[in-house]
Amino acid sequence: MTIAGRLFDQKLVWACGAILVLLIVATTIGLILRTVVKDPASSGAIDNLNARMRSWWVMCLIFGLTLVVGPTGSLVLFGLISFFALREYLSLVATRRADHHTLFWTFFIFTPLQYYLLSIRWLGFFIVIPVYAFLFIPAAMALAGDSKAFLERAAKIQWGLMLCVYCLSYAPALLTLQIPGYAPDAKLLLFLVIVDQLSDVLQYVFGKLLGRHKIAPAISPNKTWEGFLGGTLSAAAIGTAMWWLTPFSIPVAAVISLTITLLGFAGGLVMSAIKRDLGVKDYGTMIGGHGGILDRMDSLIFAAPVFFHIVRFFYGMS
Amino acid sequence: MNGRPLAGTIASAARWICGAQVTWRAGFPENRQTIFFANHTSHLDFVVLWASLPRAMREKTRPIAAQDYWETGVRRMLAVEVFNSLLVPRHGGERTREVAAKATIDHIAQEMGDRYSLIIFPEGTRGDGQAVAPFKSGLYYLCLQKPQVQLVPAYLENLNRILPKGEFLPVPFISRVTFGAPEFFDPADSKASFIQRMHRAVCELRAP
Repeated sequence: MTIAGRLFDQKLVWACGAILVLLIVATTIGLILRTVVKDPASSGAIDNLNARMRSWWVMCLIFGLTLVVGPTGSLVLFGLISFFALREYLSLVATRRADHHTLFWTFFIFTPLQYYLLSIRWLGFFIVIPVYAFLFIPAAMALAGDSKAFLERAAKIQWGLMLCVYCLSYAPALLTLQIPGYAPDAKLLLFLVIVDQLSDVLQYVFGKLLGRHKIAPAISPNKTWEGFLGGTLSAAAIGTAMWWLTPFSIPVAAVISLTITLLGFAGGLVMSAIKRDLGVKDYGTMIGGHGGILDRMDSLIFAAPVFFHIVRFFYGMS
Repeated sequence: MNGRPLAGTIASAARWICGAQVTWRAGFPENRQTIFFANHTSHLDFVVLWASLPRAMREKTRPIAAQDYWETGVRRMLAVEVFNSLLVPRHGGERTREVAAKATIDHIAQEMGDRYSLIIFPEGTRGDGQAVAPFKSGLYYLCLQKPQVQLVPAYLENLNRILPKGEFLPVPFISRVTFGAPEFFDPADSKASFIQRMHRAVCELRAP
């Protein structure tokens, strides 16, 4: 499909219109809250809400533009996100002087290679990181000759590459799927990102409004049963209502949306556990109000690969 | 000053590559003649520290660099032409060490005049990024000649991971530059206590 084709794709226009309306409504609520609420105790939360909204506008704009540009746009965008996510992650975990060359390979060879393989639509992208990078990393580290905390260092680098690059790259990989009778193009990626990110937002909103019973206080003090149930179920409902963006029937869209939201929750929990272990609150400061890129991508990292494989298994050609 | 556009570009690039997060623990210091002193772990240190300064201070700030390393070729062009560094010898040469050191300090003080601020790495050489090595006494002798300048400590973190000693391929970690509250020279200080106080000022800026 051409750029013009995407611009005039009715379903795509409807979905983007819905996001725009949502952004305007949420921004208006934020501005009203700022003028109405005088209580200094909650002004911090409201400032944070408004900062988050500003970032949402920028993120939606960039994501929308790259969708319109086409697969290359999305691949470049996710390639950069992977790079910066990996940077946030590896800056926080301890590595040693001897890991320098391995780290150079991780950033400048494996990360671009993964997205290059996607761009030429070679299915080898499934195995390059889990097989070749997985074996290359400890081999290079052993050659560097430092055995202190060897297993720990190798695992940390492998995890970074798997989470920040491999898993995340499944999101733009959706654009390479071939589905009979359906041009996946931008719509499948848009569907995944909308359901996944709305689930995050709604879990936050339900948690703030109704949250009482904590799920895992030692890992994430903000995650409550009320937020989890309200957020995942309502996001799954919205996903179901957007079945027309996808090749799914309505009941299938419901099951898949719920799968996305549950995996997104698991991703958020795992990435929080890593943060607690490292003793930080956020992965970075790149996205105002949200923290780092990884703080925004944690749920997508878990949802994208599983969503991809479900769609490929049940709907893909070959 | 001619604004040094190339230095500005290189500094912005270096700051971006190093993802430098700059914190002024005690707010911006007064814009006056200053000696910035920091721990030293990488060739990137002076570029990133320089790039972290507010523009008005940056234009008047010269890094001090070792003559033996930065004297020739591209390095010299970078250090001297681009960043207006002050090259000083690390070793005494033919004269005895004390005499040579005294001459170096005189030379630095003279170059500073009433105008230029400095970036100094008092450890004298690049460390491994773990402990901050004991400071050399050059900072003390310089302060004897320039007792009125403000002394701003800085702690540089992760730059050694980006470009460690002996490597030339950088790995793009996020780095941190933390500036502390200005210190001042007190003529009542002994050499040892002054140097210790400055060392402590840098170490206290480490993330807890």
